[in-house]
Amino acid sequence: MQTERDWPLYEVFIRSRQGLSHVHAGSLHAADDRMAVENARDVYTRRGEGLSIWVVRSDRITASAPDDKGALFDPADSKVYRHPTFYDVPDDVECL
Amino acid sequence: MAVVTAQMPDEAKHALLQTVLRLGDNALILGQELSKWVSRGPTVELDIALANQSLDLIGQARLLLDYAGRLEGKGRDEDALAFHRDAWDFRNVLLVELPRGDFAKTILRQFFYALWAEAFYGALRQRRDETLAAIAGKSVKEMAYHARHAGEWVVRLGDGTAESHRRLAEALAELWPYTHELFMSDQADAEMVAAGIIPDVEALRPAWEGAVSEVMDAAGLAIPEDTWRPAGGRNGVHSEHLGFILAEMQHLPRMYPEATW
Repeated sequence: MQTERDWPLYEVFIRSRQGLSHVHAGSLHAADDRMAVENARDVYTRRGEGLSIWVVRSDRITASAPDDKGALFDPADSKVYRHPTFYDVPDDVECL
Repeated sequence: MAVVTAQMPDEAKHALLQTVLRLGDNALILGQELSKWVSRGPTVELDIALANQSLDLIGQARLLLDYAGRLEGKGRDEDALAFHRDAWDFRNVLLVELPRGDFAKTILRQFFYALWAEAFYGALRQRRDETLAAIAGKSVKEMAYHARHAGEWVVRLGDGTAESHRRLAEALAELWPYTHELFMSDQADAEMVAAGIIPDVEALRPAWEGAVSEVMDAAGLAIPEDTWRPAGGRNGVHSEHLGFILAEMQHLPRMYPEATW
């Protein structure tokens, strides 16, 4: 249970050297946003993992409900035509 | 080895050795002191933060003591200098050997030292000794982060609860007199400054004091009146505390020389 003395929980997202987007790295506690960035630096980038850090208070995240899984995600299973697999790719096209 | 030092007369080389030992021992002893927080940090995040800073300092100490060993020319490497010298051979300022105390004292000392080291290394990068300039280039970024991290904590503690304010005020009263030694210089320093090898610490002082005042204002604390200016560590005259630090740090390599794992 959260008391006044506890620091709020933050979620940490790190963009790595190779990565194009920020990836969830984990979570930590901090008293404010600035401290959260510094704690993230100290906890999650010790081995040169990152070039950029995002933090967001965990209670600001709106998540989908597990019970909605069927309604949200199952309909996509039967839509094979949404995958780009119906094209013939010429041999000399690179980087695809 | 840097071009400059290869052509140096022995006296100048000795002065340079003193300079390098002073820097290396500051980093080593403060790193050792900070490492005592491992597993005892106020939070797991701060535990890791202090351990990171300890490792930064010990990394700097290794580079500096390795260079000191080469300047000395007696075949001693960084480990020999760290583990097989006695207290009177250490050249660190008294500030870094004081007991770490509570978190407020640890953080305030880290702030004072890191702010000084950031300025010193920042200026050292431009000086003529290539080895020192290269070590400074790596270290200045680490110390800039320590100064920022500690400075924010100083504000939080000073401007926090009645108890955190009281603890920080006590730490300030105790530590402030010891900050003066960071800005003292002797004949050897003057020679190194004249030779363009180290920056003049006196010139760094106004900016350091300005940055300290800014943080103290935000923390709601006043810099104490000057009373005494304890010093001596830079010349090997230490407080009783260094002996205990060395006993803990050195006993294993002294009991089992050449031990490996």
